[in-house]
Amino acid sequence: MNAAAINCLPSPGLALRRRWASRGMTMLMGACAVVVMAPLFLVIYFLLREGASALDWNFFTQLPKPTGEVGGGMANAIVGTLELLGMAALIGVPIGVMGGVYLSEYGSDRVNNWIRFAADVLNGVPSIVWGMVVYALLVIPFKTFSAYAGGVALGLMMVPLVMRTTEEVLILVPQSYREAGLALGIARWKIITVIVVKTALKGIVTGVLVALARVAGETAPLLFTALGNSFWNRNLGQPIAALPLQIFSYSISPYDDWHRQAWAGALVLMLLILGLNIFVRVLSRGKSAAS
Amino acid sequence: MVQTAPLPVSSSASTVRPSAPASKPPPAVPVDDLPAFDIQGFSLWYGSRQALYDVSIRIPARQVTAIIGPSGCGKSTCLRALNRMHELTPGTRIVGSLRLFGDDLYASGIDPAYVRRRVGMVFQKSNPFPTMSIEENVLVGLRLNGVRDRAFLQERLEESLRMSALWDEVKDVLNRPGTSLSGGQQQRLCIARALAVQPEVLLMDEPCSALDPIATAKIEELIQLLRERFTVVIVTHNMQQAARCSDRTAFFYMGKLIEYAATREIFTNPANPQTEAYVSGRFG
Repeated sequence: MNAAAINCLPSPGLALRRRWASRGMTMLMGACAVVVMAPLFLVIYFLLREGASALDWNFFTQLPKPTGEVGGGMANAIVGTLELLGMAALIGVPIGVMGGVYLSEYGSDRVNNWIRFAADVLNGVPSIVWGMVVYALLVIPFKTFSAYAGGVALGLMMVPLVMRTTEEVLILVPQSYREAGLALGIARWKIITVIVVKTALKGIVTGVLVALARVAGETAPLLFTALGNSFWNRNLGQPIAALPLQIFSYSISPYDDWHRQAWAGALVLMLLILGLNIFVRVLSRGKSAAS
Repeated sequence: MVQTAPLPVSSSASTVRPSAPASKPPPAVPVDDLPAFDIQGFSLWYGSRQALYDVSIRIPARQVTAIIGPSGCGKSTCLRALNRMHELTPGTRIVGSLRLFGDDLYASGIDPAYVRRRVGMVFQKSNPFPTMSIEENVLVGLRLNGVRDRAFLQERLEESLRMSALWDEVKDVLNRPGTSLSGGQQQRLCIARALAVQPEVLLMDEPCSALDPIATAKIEELIQLLRERFTVVIVTHNMQQAARCSDRTAFFYMGKLIEYAATREIFTNPANPQTEAYVSGRFG
């Protein structure tokens, strides 16, 4: 051991101080991690405490009761949310996935930078702005709020989300698979659809589910488009109920029973989103192909 | 070198070969003394950087040609130019002519996919498609080129796997994923996949550099079998490998073809002092 090494050794007092500082910082960071987790548990705790009591069979099977009557449910809003998500997926998935394929497989760097920039800006557009835009584009010309307008608003929100995640998982597919396909004399579009996209399929599905979970709870874009409905929607050209809208209108009402139902609706919505996220987890656990 | 009269190109080259079963007899070599590749004055640029300088070479059919040279000498570039794979790199440009059995592969209107069906390629790292079974991997080139005939596919499956010396090892597990095989088996699977589309030439880009000596020996043995039916061009940084398994060797240095001769000549009696310095291990 040389002299320099000996000089580097801290004195016993300094070593002790460092150890305590290290412990203190570790605990501080642990506390921050707890603070990150805490709201999730708080949300689940309150939703269960307030909402579980109003959750019964009727909640899932019945329409809302008229003002003043106790009971009823949100069957129409649950189905409405699923219908809206279905329409959103019909718009958001094909456009988003194809846009992602373009970014990853075809576009030139310069064009891609602009598209990515646009998508990132779109991701940051406040959701109520989407509602207003679709209101101007679809609600005013057709002179009616409609399920279509709600689905379009949610679908447009999904496009940039799906596009960016699709691009990211496609880029993870090794170049060597594309080369192997090209070396076999296979047309490029077939390589992309049958080999590249298929290899990254789990990642793409994951991205779609995350985007669905993200828009499932959106209220603002639906306020000016789907509007809400106390009855079953028989015609997608007419207003439709949705869980977030129902929660919104019930929670600002003066009735205790409606408040309880709003909590129950929030719980159901939360479980729907949680379920989507757990499904994503399970899917991405078996992800070996693209990574 | 005396140049033979150019052969008519356009008629056969512009029509895509049908891949239907009955249409093609196995050995596609028309005349034995016609070289597989006839390359004249071929230069290649990546953007403004020139990678190949005025390469002229006639690669005979049904022989194994090894391309050797130090890293960055253009040997892989030359190989990839043989089936136009270099075009995947944006901004490449070529001059000169490159003919495969008389057909100009760079003539306008020639689809690179058509070139690549005639000139198959095996890469440094084995790359079976992870979503496909062994069988699907072998047949993917045929299926995606529109072949539906089940009997023909079955026949190509077995023949390709036999030619790549893999049939006995995988015939009972054809439905397992291609990636479940060992490294050497995966590389032979990739060879089978390339052979299934019945190319005339097989290019190999350092096919053994990721393999252990036993798997390497198997691939080298396989190359000896393949030369009976195909023209093989193999890039290798392993001079012993070139000496062991090739009939002719081309030595590249700084983007130029320095010497192309019988392998024995190159290694025992090279004409060029640079070749001699390289094969005797004095540089590179």
